[in-house]
Amino acid sequence: MASTQSPVLECKGISKFFPGAIALDAVDLKLYPGEVHALLGENGAGKSTLIKCLTGAYRRDGGMILLDGEEVSPRSTQDSQKLGIGTVYQEVNLLPNLTIAENLFLGRQPMRGGFIAQRKMHAMAKDLLAEFGLKVNPAEPLETYSVAVQQVVAIARAVELSGKVLILDEPTASLDRDEVQLVFSVIEKLKARGLAIVFITHFLDQVFEISDRATVLRNGRVIGTRELAGTTQTDIVTLMLGRQLEDRIHDRAPSEAGDTLIELKNFGRRGVMEPFDLTVRKGEVVGLAGLLGSGRTETSNLIFGAIHADQGEALLEGQRISLKSPRDAIGHRFALCPEDRKNDGIVGDLSVRENIILALQARQGWFRPLPKAKINELAEAYVKALDIRLASLDMPIRLLSGGNQQKVLLARWLATNPSFLILDEPTRGIDVGAHAEIIALIERLREDGMALLVASSELEELVAYSTRVIVLRDRRQVRELKGDEITTANIVTAIADEQMAEAV
Amino acid sequence: MIRSTHLPLLITIATFILAYTLCASQYPAMLSTRVVANLLTDNAFLGIAAVGMTFVILSGGIDLSVGSVIAFTGVFLAVIMRDTSIHPLAAFALVLAVTIAFGAAMGAMIHYLEMPPFIVTLAGMFLARGAAYVLSTDSVPIAHEFYDTLQSLYWKAPGGGRFRLTGIIMLLTFLTGIIVAHRTKFGQNVYAVGGGLPTARLMGVPLAQTTIGIYATSGGLAGLAGIVFSLYTSAGYSLATVGVELDAIAAVVIGGTLLTGGTGFVAGTFFGILIMGLIQTFIVFDGTLSSWWTKIVIGGLLFGFILLQKGLTWATTLRRKPATEFAAQS
Repeated sequence: MASTQSPVLECKGISKFFPGAIALDAVDLKLYPGEVHALLGENGAGKSTLIKCLTGAYRRDGGMILLDGEEVSPRSTQDSQKLGIGTVYQEVNLLPNLTIAENLFLGRQPMRGGFIAQRKMHAMAKDLLAEFGLKVNPAEPLETYSVAVQQVVAIARAVELSGKVLILDEPTASLDRDEVQLVFSVIEKLKARGLAIVFITHFLDQVFEISDRATVLRNGRVIGTRELAGTTQTDIVTLMLGRQLEDRIHDRAPSEAGDTLIELKNFGRRGVMEPFDLTVRKGEVVGLAGLLGSGRTETSNLIFGAIHADQGEALLEGQRISLKSPRDAIGHRFALCPEDRKNDGIVGDLSVRENIILALQARQGWFRPLPKAKINELAEAYVKALDIRLASLDMPIRLLSGGNQQKVLLARWLATNPSFLILDEPTRGIDVGAHAEIIALIERLREDGMALLVASSELEELVAYSTRVIVLRDRRQVRELKGDEITTANIVTAIADEQMAEAV
Repeated sequence: MIRSTHLPLLITIATFILAYTLCASQYPAMLSTRVVANLLTDNAFLGIAAVGMTFVILSGGIDLSVGSVIAFTGVFLAVIMRDTSIHPLAAFALVLAVTIAFGAAMGAMIHYLEMPPFIVTLAGMFLARGAAYVLSTDSVPIAHEFYDTLQSLYWKAPGGGRFRLTGIIMLLTFLTGIIVAHRTKFGQNVYAVGGGLPTARLMGVPLAQTTIGIYATSGGLAGLAGIVFSLYTSAGYSLATVGVELDAIAAVVIGGTLLTGGTGFVAGTFFGILIMGLIQTFIVFDGTLSSWWTKIVIGGLLFGFILLQKGLTWATTLRRKPATEFAAQS
């Protein structure tokens, strides 16, 4: 069907070079009207670079972009918008303080006698959004609506401004299930209108639900383009990773772990986390499972001293210790990789090298700087060991992809040679490949005798590496699962059972 | 229709009405048109400067040069009229051109050099004050018959209140400010910049034009405030209006504009000015209180409004409307 039409947008041999790296190597891509085309690949595969070349944020170093058969070279986002290529990002790029109507028409407001015709603008906004099935009051500020509604408004603006090609860069990443359906219904409508839509996401289920075709990128090259109707998820994942996914079923590590490392008794803080007991032994991975807001992050932060516990005591190898601040915790060779990587983890403008040595240097004290040679040696060793992909150790960490940032954070804490490592959502927002590597790393660290506490919302992942799983609900520990009890089904039951009991 | 964003404005207006009622219940004479007229006349220059400040703060910036620019304008007018035979109207045009250019230059630095407005306008503050000193360190009287004509223009309301030209100029400035803020593309762009600079850039807001426009507006209005101030005092003095920029900022914040930018109303600033003027008037009426109590009350009000803003921001995030208003899909 699609092949009989001519493509709206055609990329021919697009290349983009960065100092020391080839980001895109002769990439071809064809977009037909009325199709949803998924762009897939691991972090760092070149998806965002390709998008940036299309939207004019980057200048391509080679190749051609043909729009309706004519070559174009957008120089800026505005430029590409005018040509007909609109983009919507994961973070809604609209102004929360302006009204919905103002957001839709900013820069091209209907005017009357030199002034903005507000009533007309509101009516136009209402009609426009009604086409997308959205009934909202266009005179309300955008921030009074949910992220999903904001996302639809962003799509509406992009379509209005451009109208040929719509690029959706992880539009569903911060939405819940129902909200995703809302955005998908809008995508279906646009598809029917004949727009060509590029859809980027980490959720393969969503790719199969909405997309017609998918192009897989790896290391800056197109690995293949598939009609999704006759393709399985395994095929796609294989293309993305370039290797057969190893079977996840493996011998569970025996819970014959070593000596008790840390013991918490009646530990907690009023209004944050009910007091709990927790023992972690050397060479074991304790998983924390639970719904969002059940207390996973709170538990990690309490133990690390980021939240100050107001009751209970902590024993490290039988000795009472104080955990009043992260500084105390680092002193006892604890480490925490936080959930909110962007805000609590990386220091965006510092180099990768500086980010790696940050915790080690902090523990040593700022008046005893690490020797330069030692820093380089450490940084290089971890970059190699964790397979962090970067152009140079000197580049600011914010330029790295999510998976690589996460690995740098891991490196930062591993460099302090911790005896107890707390990971909060270590695989959030990173791609399948980096995901597998981080899981492998967790297992390697456990085998080396480290004690780990891992909080995660991905049950399969917890089942894969945990020697024990503690289930949390409403900021309480409700169940502990050991050995063969650890299955996804059991964890779900543990959360659900409690809910039933509560309902009675 | 009342919207959550209107709430700070409504609270400001309610505060004003409450304060006026309290004052009037104690001193019924405060209801006279004389008091109202003086409220406008005495605060005219501050009000005009505060309109410019509102635009600056709406965009997320700050302009510390305002007080110095007002003083510079006064001295410039006095000196040029003493030393040359230039007509005051021509002098006004000249000084407005200078102050607009001065503001635009600061805006250009803020935009092109990506410097924080605080530091650029701090430099502007020293520059303008210094320039005023260079022109004259003494208070230079202005004696021109045209000035006398302007000063004698007023409308006498029943009750004896004299609504002078300067008060009218302030009201017109506010009116224009309100229309510009809400009904022009420039106004919308100011709000957009205040909502988030990177996003505004992505949405195609002409940043250079907007930023330069904002500071040129503030500079120009500070110039106009300086003209009004020189009409008010009939002199130019380089030591005058020290710290007026801070009063203007206070009026803007009491008027319900968020210091972080993006939310607020020019009309709110008007009531902010009135509230501040009212406190001063009350103290004059009382006669026993030290005039420094004005500062204390304004300080208290500022704290109150900052807390209020924090509370409102917090409440807005809590009350996000879910997607349930999405029309049913068939």
